[in-house]
Amino acid sequence: MNLAETATRTATSPTQAQPVATTGGIEAWHVESPIVPMIALAFTFEGGAAQDPEGKAGCAQMLARLLDEGAGDLPSDAFQERLAARAIELSFHAGPDAIGGSLKMLLKHADEAVDLLALALAKPRFDPDSVERVRAQTLAGLRYQQNDPGVMASRRFFKEAFAAHPYGRPSSGTTESIAAITRDDLVAMHAQILGRGAVKVAAVGAIDAARLTEALNRSFGALPEAGPLRAVPHTTVQDLGRRVVVDLDVPQSVIRFGMAGVPWRDPDFIPAYVLNHVLGGGAFTSRLFQEVREKRGLAYSVGTSLVSHRAAAMTWGYTATKNERVGEALAVIGDEIGRLISDGPSDEELQKAKDYLTGSYALGFDTSTKIAHQLVQIAFEGLGMDYIARRNDMVAAVTQADIRRAASRTFADGKMLVVAAGRPTDF
Amino acid sequence: MGQKRTVLDAKGRTKDNGMHLFRKATPALFPTGHTAHAGRLEAAPFGRSEAGGPEVSSFSLDNGLDVVVVPDHRAPVVTHMIWYRNGSADDPLGRSGIAHFLEHLMFKGTETHPVGAFSKAVSGLGGQENAFTSYDYTAYFQRVARDHLETMMAFEADRMTGLVLDDAVVAPERDVVLEERRMRVETDPSAQLSEAMAASLFVHHPYGIPIIGWMHEIEELNREHALAYYKRFYTPENAILVVAGDVTPDAVRRLAEGTYGRVTPQGARPLRLRAREPEPKALRRLSVADPKVEQPTLQRLYLTPSCITARDGECHALELLAEVLGGGATSYLYRKLVMELGIAVNAGAWYMGSAIDDTRFSVYAVPAEGVSLERLEEELDRILRRAPAEALDAEAIERAKTRLVAETVYSSDSQSSLARIYGSALAIGETIDEVRRWPTDIEAVSKERLSAAAERYLTPARSVTGYLIKTRDPDAPRALAAE
Repeated sequence: MNLAETATRTATSPTQAQPVATTGGIEAWHVESPIVPMIALAFTFEGGAAQDPEGKAGCAQMLARLLDEGAGDLPSDAFQERLAARAIELSFHAGPDAIGGSLKMLLKHADEAVDLLALALAKPRFDPDSVERVRAQTLAGLRYQQNDPGVMASRRFFKEAFAAHPYGRPSSGTTESIAAITRDDLVAMHAQILGRGAVKVAAVGAIDAARLTEALNRSFGALPEAGPLRAVPHTTVQDLGRRVVVDLDVPQSVIRFGMAGVPWRDPDFIPAYVLNHVLGGGAFTSRLFQEVREKRGLAYSVGTSLVSHRAAAMTWGYTATKNERVGEALAVIGDEIGRLISDGPSDEELQKAKDYLTGSYALGFDTSTKIAHQLVQIAFEGLGMDYIARRNDMVAAVTQADIRRAASRTFADGKMLVVAAGRPTDF
Repeated sequence: MGQKRTVLDAKGRTKDNGMHLFRKATPALFPTGHTAHAGRLEAAPFGRSEAGGPEVSSFSLDNGLDVVVVPDHRAPVVTHMIWYRNGSADDPLGRSGIAHFLEHLMFKGTETHPVGAFSKAVSGLGGQENAFTSYDYTAYFQRVARDHLETMMAFEADRMTGLVLDDAVVAPERDVVLEERRMRVETDPSAQLSEAMAASLFVHHPYGIPIIGWMHEIEELNREHALAYYKRFYTPENAILVVAGDVTPDAVRRLAEGTYGRVTPQGARPLRLRAREPEPKALRRLSVADPKVEQPTLQRLYLTPSCITARDGECHALELLAEVLGGGATSYLYRKLVMELGIAVNAGAWYMGSAIDDTRFSVYAVPAEGVSLERLEEELDRILRRAPAEALDAEAIERAKTRLVAETVYSSDSQSSLARIYGSALAIGETIDEVRRWPTDIEAVSKERLSAAAERYLTPARSVTGYLIKTRDPDAPRALAAE
């Protein structure tokens, strides 16, 4: 038996997800699994850091951080005490296109958890002392990372790749932009994004459909309609072929590189995903892992992944090597991409990549929280509830012709935008 | 999944994930805090008040291999782990990092399976694999469909004694580890502070030496060192097999006997020679000053008993004390320093109870803008002195107990967590019964025990205080610049 088959016949399987809808129009994907006495809920609202007002990058992230800092009649400390007293884990985060959240609760505390979630979503207080505390925490976080080579390289990469576009702004903001955010900005963004029509929800655990419907009504039903979002124009990675140094006095340079990509909703995504696995996917067998790490000892970590935002997609990669070997590492990476452009993967390599990707898919669904998050991601992308059941067949069907098409759309002529943070000596 | 790793960091990919470093309830400021959580906070999967839980069974093979089976029938998947009772604290003097280096080299092939064959087999079966090294143990694991368990066992048993190394693979892998150290430590002043503080806290015990090793000693590690270490520790009587998943104990026994059971034992479990830490007398202070530091931080370590060296349940008291004092936004330190006084933007505490020998209890705080570390430390000490009287109200204790016990239910949602909990506990000498009793023991901790633990262990003579600060002069001697 292969893991590929397991997803269809297990007790806690994402392929058994069922739609649950409330009369108020909230829809959720639901996997009932009574074995562990807990429930994991994941949700995501359309609209994230790309909606940050001009000059106020970091607004969505501050908003996300403030949702559990007091709501309704409960100021921050009281709200946190109510969560902690029942070991309810509630968290929010902002991505470029969405504000998402996660709620984990013991079955016996589900009512309390749902009540607190409802308050956090619909009636956050944004008390001035909480706003200032979160602002101070955010600023301290920015200062803490200010000279971290990994953070510096990533920030600069996005700034260059998506210059003059919302994706080029740091979603955690800058010291100036965080200082400029007002309570009114947060209130306005809350009304704009946290609305009933724009939410996707997934629930996994020891809860039946009737009870979930009631919980959805209570937690999301009181939300107003969301306000209109600003259009985010489609864009692609700019300045391919360019190399940028962020000067930092460290013995190792952190490298980020990127090229065009294919969005998750595109029919060529799956071929591009298989191709990415061959190049730099997460297994010890990838070409970059073998050539950069195993054969040459150039780096501890090296790999590539596909980034799929609402309005941009890219292939991007990471590694870190001592300053003296940056040129060598980039040459090896460039050669491997070049070989894939000219020759593609061998038939055997392609088959092994497909075997791995189909076989291991079920391993990503090993906890209730992970299942909930994957489901909500798939809902957010509009891929359909049967996506998980269909996905392995799509991977298995990828041909060399598909791979060639994906390579020309992602790698094109092999030119990359490269950012290195450190003091590379040959760059 | 992905890169081989130490327990210090999950993936060794980008460090960008630290975006919430200053969010409340985030011990991630401290790379080793991760170890503390993997060891104890997740420990013990079932609260006494919660439904049942798996019937964990254990037995030993004739060659001394201990076996633990954790049933989880939610999916036809297994987590296969082999734990060795040796970690960085068993590195021979002058060869720091050898346990971790060998962990990397274990992927380099055997007489039977050439380099890469095991990894190719795992990925070809749609499985995932990795390994990690901690102070007291080293572990290797794969996650595969149930039907491939025997294949994994055969490969892993073969690797227990069949490792083949030549200099052509050893040399580049040493470069990989050096890059790993550059990534984790040499480019990160806060990691340098953590290393310096541990080295100061443990004046005699090897917990003061970083898991990954010191740079200059990693550079000298070679094939002979690795093989000598391997022959000493990689034996069936030194290992624990943990299988969690859709399997029965009988099936695991049968498969284990046909694979691991064929490995020749050495006749006795290798000895761990650990120096005991003397009773501390000196308050210690140090700082790392670096021009790259834009946000100062204050860290404190106390030498305390671990769950193995503690007597009379003191480790449960310390576990609960860390939660009451510094577990999240409702904790005493966060309330006082962040919410009431407004002199910190974050504060917390953690306890690394899962250790063979005396261990560390940490408190930390991140100053608000304009607040000096000296002032913050003064307030921290004032507040800590009052903790036995002020922090331990019944509601706060109950809240902390609820959170710790709930953590055990949450971790029983994850097959890998279950396997890790039992593996790490047994590798340091705890029993399955102790793991299962953990929630009950936590709930039984009284206010008096908490108070006694705070008064006994959170004392200046047991402490090291560390400052992470900015210096504008890159040539200033780092260890002295702050004083």
